[in-house]
This record gives sequence, structure tokens and C-alpha cells, in this order.
Amino acid sequence: MNEHAVSQEEALGKVILSARNIAKSFGNVHALKAVNFDVHYGQVTTLFGENGAGKSTLMKILSGVMQPSSGEIVLEGEPVSFSSTTEAQRHGISIIHQELSLAPNLSVRDNVFMGREIVGKGGVDYAEESHQTRQLMEELDEPIDPLTPVEDLRLGQQQIVEIARALSVNSRILIMDEPTSALSASEVEVLFRVIRDLKSRGVSLVYISHHLEEALTITDHAVVLRDGRMTAYAARAEIDLEWIVRNMVGENFDLGSPPEGYAMGDAVLSIEGVTVPDASVPGRAVVDDMSLSVRAGEIVCIYGLMGAGRTELLESVAGRGGMVAGRVLLHGEDISRLSIAERIEKGLVLVPEDRQRDGLVPTMSVGENLSLASIGAFTKGLLTSRGRERHVVGDSISNVHIKTDGPAASIGSLSGGNQQKVVIGKMMATHPRVVLLDEPSRGIDIGAKAEVFRLLSEGAAQQGLAVVFSTSEVGECLSIAHRIVVMSRGRIAAEFGADATKEEIMAASGEAVVA
Amino acid sequence: MSDVSQDNDNERGKLFGGDFDIKRVLLEGRAFFALIAIIVIFSILSPVYFSTSNFLTMSSHVAIFGLLSLGMLLVILTGGIDLSVGSTLGLAGVFAGFLMQGVSFEILGVVFYPPVWVVVILTCGLGALVGAINGVLIAYFKVPAFVATLGLLYVARGVALLMTDGLTFNNLGGSPELGNTGFDWLGFNRLLGIPVGVLILAAVAIVGILLLARTPFGRWVYSTGGNARAAELSGVPVKRVQVLVYVISGICAAIAGLVLSSQLTSAGPTAGTTYELTAIAGVVIGGAALTGGRGNVRGTLLGAFVIGFLSDGLVIIGVSSYWQTVFTGAVIILAVLLNSIQYSGQKKQQASSDGKTTSPQPEGATERSPASGSTAGNAGTQS
Repeated sequence: MNEHAVSQEEALGKVILSARNIAKSFGNVHALKAVNFDVHYGQVTTLFGENGAGKSTLMKILSGVMQPSSGEIVLEGEPVSFSSTTEAQRHGISIIHQELSLAPNLSVRDNVFMGREIVGKGGVDYAEESHQTRQLMEELDEPIDPLTPVEDLRLGQQQIVEIARALSVNSRILIMDEPTSALSASEVEVLFRVIRDLKSRGVSLVYISHHLEEALTITDHAVVLRDGRMTAYAARAEIDLEWIVRNMVGENFDLGSPPEGYAMGDAVLSIEGVTVPDASVPGRAVVDDMSLSVRAGEIVCIYGLMGAGRTELLESVAGRGGMVAGRVLLHGEDISRLSIAERIEKGLVLVPEDRQRDGLVPTMSVGENLSLASIGAFTKGLLTSRGRERHVVGDSISNVHIKTDGPAASIGSLSGGNQQKVVIGKMMATHPRVVLLDEPSRGIDIGAKAEVFRLLSEGAAQQGLAVVFSTSEVGECLSIAHRIVVMSRGRIAAEFGADATKEEIMAASGEAVVA
Repeated sequence: MSDVSQDNDNERGKLFGGDFDIKRVLLEGRAFFALIAIIVIFSILSPVYFSTSNFLTMSSHVAIFGLLSLGMLLVILTGGIDLSVGSTLGLAGVFAGFLMQGVSFEILGVVFYPPVWVVVILTCGLGALVGAINGVLIAYFKVPAFVATLGLLYVARGVALLMTDGLTFNNLGGSPELGNTGFDWLGFNRLLGIPVGVLILAAVAIVGILLLARTPFGRWVYSTGGNARAAELSGVPVKRVQVLVYVISGICAAIAGLVLSSQLTSAGPTAGTTYELTAIAGVVIGGAALTGGRGNVRGTLLGAFVIGFLSDGLVIIGVSSYWQTVFTGAVIILAVLLNSIQYSGQKKQQASSDGKTTSPQPEGATERSPASGSTAGNAGTQS
């Protein structure tokens, strides 16, 4: 591994690792379609792309977390295949995931050597481990005591521990998936210094970030993915921010336009000064004194980066809890103290962000999932009426156009888009007046996306629904929304009409901060 | 719409045609086939096994485990576990015995002899109380179910021992002058030749079937166990459901306690020790998943019968009680093994059918998107 005869000068910029025609499908979803990707020796290659473009999937394949459906990985001219992360690590490839994978209860030392403990005569050689850890941390200019529990460290420092762990296995290629999303500006500076240092030591890096400008300051090459395909590739010198945005978003698939030709009603939903504290950082609020009012028939899009507070806002409005201050008014009535069930009864529903975790009951059929929120509608006395239920479920299936073998089909047999329609259909079956949707387009293909938006648009125009949906894809803001609210750090950073431009929106969210 | 129904037919053909079918039936009906096998084997081994009277005797033993298992089923469906049912059974029996001896109010100087129906109601109330404590601890105070019910296992048993000083109530008959006769009718007697305990089990099972299949509560139970977060966001009162299943489990244990002390015509404080494990075994053999969301009354009843008929059969053919324990354990492990095969098999099958429908779809999907848009548009204008 260490026998690199080639001098650094010669090797710099040479392709060390490349992915050839990598494809990956999950059931009906094609996450990657014949992607080519090169990693250059001693340089940073940044992967750009919207959510669901396939960035994380590609990185997981390169690091052995998953295996490609087809295509090959070439490491220094040799085709390789990794059946596990350990195998990838043996080839010198390590990944630092978006969510840190440290054990918070263990010390820095124990985390660095987790699973690869140095065993001496009398068991684990803690002295040697401590020594090596101290050395690593010093190399990284972050002299943290090896015995400090990881839970006592700031997030930025934890990130450095992750890097130390990767370096301790002699990683030549280091993949970082959104390393800065949870870091403060000064912590980002430290990370970037470490990255430059790593480069000078001949480590090749792959970098993923939503903060485009930030990524541009550190990268040497840019690769853009869109809908599972590589759409553009260039060296840093040849590109600018505009180039990235253009290639990321691409020609717009028509997701519709704001419905028109009807009068909006009065404000149905009013959020006044809603505040949700951050559970992990005392004193910080994920939703900070937010106020927003939505009229009947209006569609509002909430745009923001990960961690901007969109999910927390929508969940607290729906009654998931966490709200410490503020009021939620529905038709002028304060519903802040009501349970989720009571809010549903009053006509306020939430379609959650993560449909596997919060939306679907995997052990129940399509029909049972669809009718779960509206059981009362087909209950007579003590018992449910099967006939009425069939009716309710049948209506839902045809209203939201679910492609299924029937109500008895298992929920796992549906594609992602159809599963999402089941979650939407379930909440629509309660005949709501206000629908909140948290990233309704997450992980579904473009056709299903368009269909979901068309449903919402029809709901607003024909039934006077008030619709609030959140997204992290700027293209989706400029579809059916009458109004675009940009959230950043728990607050409203800007509000736009339907005529806003992508650049304006992204700038307001802090994604493309002009330095 | 028309092509959807065609898909439907294809899918049916795939699922119900071919030789895979037999394996599937064997796997899904395993508790039933196991029961048949047990009956056949023991009938061959012992001449007395296959007779109506023996079946009725064995069934009255099964009634106890069956009642506990049915309550346990609800708890397990929500993803919980109730280790306290054996102790609750013992406590209920002792409590009923205590009431049958007459409650003396020293201030008034009278001894009150409650009639049997009052005893039944009070005892069920006690079971419900134990369950409610379990449920509140688990749902509202976030105590892990295993720990909360383990605690109640000790507490209930301890209270039963305290109430009797470790002794057993032998006089449960009551007397006509006191108006508290009829305890026999809870399990010891027979109605139309069938032990009353079995009839009670049947009645509870029917209520259980209706509850799970036909009431909103049943749906809430399944959804809470399948995905509590999703259920909550769909307006299911998850916490109340959790409390209620433990209450029901406690009531079932109390009923089992009444039936058992009636069958034995005595109520001892150590009755029902380790029965909670047998009850869990019955539920698991019946195909329920300990992770929650999967299982039904029919399977659980079969599971209870498998365990009961197996252990009674072993007694009849004279196998030592030590070996009985080994056999029962082996059957439980086998059942769980088959459970995991069944559920992973289902996943694989899904994945493969996904694969099959996928392959023609990509091209179709891109072509279809404008088409589906237009049909969708039609549907929209119609509505």
C-alpha cells in the first residue's frame, strides 16, 4: 500500500480511481444510470447535484457500502469490486458519512481504533493506541486529548475525529459526504485547512456539498449529477457558480405552474411566532419565531437547506410537539394544544418527509394504509364496515392515481412514487382543509413528481385547499407555488412571488452566499 | 384502469400458480399442520390419546394458555411484551379466593359474601388495574415493556403471596345460604359436555377476532405495531392503544386465573408461574412477529393448542417432565425459525416481483408519462 514509487509531482492530477458505467437500481427506482466518475490523485473532486440525483448512492458504491447493479470500478488501472466497507478500506478508500458514525460514549482513542484495536500481550494496547491517536490529532492540527469522550466534542471536532480514523487506516482516497452541513463557519475553515493538508500528503478526496460556493473554494474538479446521470464534468479553472447551477437543475421538466382563475379565500392557517428549540444544542432554536399565513386555495412553497428548520416547523404545526412558543390558528381557532388526531379532525394534515419512517405501515396492505387516517368514516357503531372501507380505499386509489394490484397488495410492492401517493391519499381521505407536505418529491422520479404536484394544484384550485410544501430543490419552488418562502436557520430569510428566479432563491437560502 | 386489472390477473397467476404454492401453504399453515402431526403421532403412540374425552380434557388445559396467549397477542401486535400475565393469573385466583371467603368489615361487624358475578367483575378489574399500571409505565413513562412487565411480574406474585401468607384457598364452593355458589361454573363444570373454560376461551377468541378485524381499535393495534410514528401522524392515539392492550392482557390473565382456580377448585399464590413464557410461545408459534404488526387470533389459538396438545401428549405417553421441557423449547425455536423464513421469504418474493415488473417498465414509464398525464387529466375533469 505504501509502495508508491511514483513521485508526487508526476502523479498529481492523475486518475487514481474511476467508476465506469456504474448503474444502480432499487426496485423500480433507478438511482444511477451509467455514471462515469474519476478521482484525481492528490486533488479534490466535488460531486454536485440536487437531492436524489444519486450522489450519495455513487459514493456508497465507491466505498463498498453497496454494490453496483452494473458497471465497474477501476483502481489504479485494476478493476476492483468491494463487497464491504472493510474491503474498500483495505484498498485505501474510506468514507465519512453525512451522519457521523462515531460512538458518542467512547473516547476519541476508542473511536479511532474501533474494530481494529491494537492487541498486545495483555489485551488491548491502550498506550500505543493513545500514542498513535495523539499523533494523528496533532497532524490534523487539532490536539484533542485521546481520552476525551466524543460526546464532549463540538461537531466540527467530531468530524476531525472521523478524518483521523480514516487516516489511521492509511486511506489514500477519502470520501466526504456533506461534511460541512452541521459545521459553523470557523469549523469549516479548520476542515478546509485539513483538506489542503491532506492533499499535500497525496490523499485524493471526493467531496459532496450543497453549499456550492464553499465547495468551489476547495475543489479542483467538478462533476454534476442529475437524475442519476452525469451531466457535466470540468476542472475548477473552467467553471463558475452559474455553470454548476445550470447543470444541476438542467432543462426544467415541467412541474406545472401556479393554478389560476379562481379567487383565494381568507387565511385558513396562521402560524404566529412558532419557536421550536434544538434538542441537541441548548439555547438554539431550530424554528425561531416563525410566522406565516396561508389562504384557502393558496400554494406556498418553503425552500431551505438541510437543517433550515422546515421539517421541525411543519411537524410542530401538525402537532408532533416540540413547540415552546407561538400559536397555530386554523380558521381563526387556536389549535396549538390539540393532539395530532384532533388537528386531523379539524382539517389539518401532514404528509411527512420520510415516508418509510413516518408515512407507511410496512406490515399493512395498500388499502389498510390508505384508510388508516379515516377509519371513522367507515365505522358504524362499534364495527367497521368492509363495504364502506372498500369504497373509501377505491376512491383514494383512483383520486390519487395509485398503480397497484389492488387494495390487498403489500405496500412494499409499490414503487417509491406510488408509495408516496399512498401517504398523500391517506391524508387526503380525511378531507382536509390544509395540507402540509414535507419534501413530497423526495426519492420519487420526475413523472411521479409532476403527478403529485398536479394533484396538489387541482386540490387548491377545485377544493380550495391551502397547501404548504417544503422542498430543497429549487426547481420545485418555481412550479405550482403562488408564494415561495425561503427558510434559513429557523427564520424566514426571504419571500418571493411565483416570478422569482432560481438564483434569487438560492442566494436567499444561504446556499450560494456571495462572499 | 383496464390495464391495471390485467396486471392484477397476471400477478394472481404468478402467486397462486406453480409449485411454489405448496411450500407457501405448508409454511403459512404450519401451526395447523403441526397440530395435525401432533395428534396423528400421539394417537399412534397411545390408544387413549385419540378420544373425545381426552380432547376435551386437553382443551380445558389449553383454555388457560389460550386466554393468556390472546391477551399477549394484542400486546405483541403493538410491538410490546407482557411478562406479568403469569403472576397476574396467580394474583387473580388468590383475589377471587379471598373474596369467596367473605370480606369482613370490622367496623360494621359484618362479613360480606359477594356473589360470584361480583367476584368475577372485581377480579377482572384487578387484572385491568395491573395491565393499566403496565401500560401507563410503558406508554407515558417510556419504561421498556420488558422491564415494566418484569417488575409487575414480581410485584403481582409478591402481593399474591402476601395476601395468603403463602397458603392456598381450598374452599371456593361457597354455600347456598350465602348466595355465593357457582364458582364451579367458571371452568370446572361442563355445559353440553364441553368444559366451561373452553367455552370461555371460544367466547374471548370471537371477541378478539371481531376486535382485531372489524373495529378501529384493531386497526390501531396493527398500525401501532407496524409503525408507531406513521400511526401517530395518521391520528392514531398510539399511547392510549398501548395502555389498552396491556389492560386487555391483564383482564385475559384475570379470566384465566378464575378459570384455573375453578378447574382446580383451589386458588394458590404460585399458580401460573412461568405461564407468561408459554403464552408468548403460543403467540409466536401462531406466526406472530415479536417486532409487532403481524399475527392473528386464529394462529395464536392454534399455537396454544400445539403447545397444550404436545405437552399433554408427552405426559400421556409417559415421557419425563424434563424431556417435555426440552421438546417444548425445541418447538418454540422451530416456530421462530419458520417465522423468520416466512418473513424474509416474503421480502425476497416482493423484491423479485419488483424486478419482474421493473424490467419492462423503464421504457414504458418514459413513454407513459405523457399518456398517464392525459388520463389523469380526464379523471380530474370528470370529478
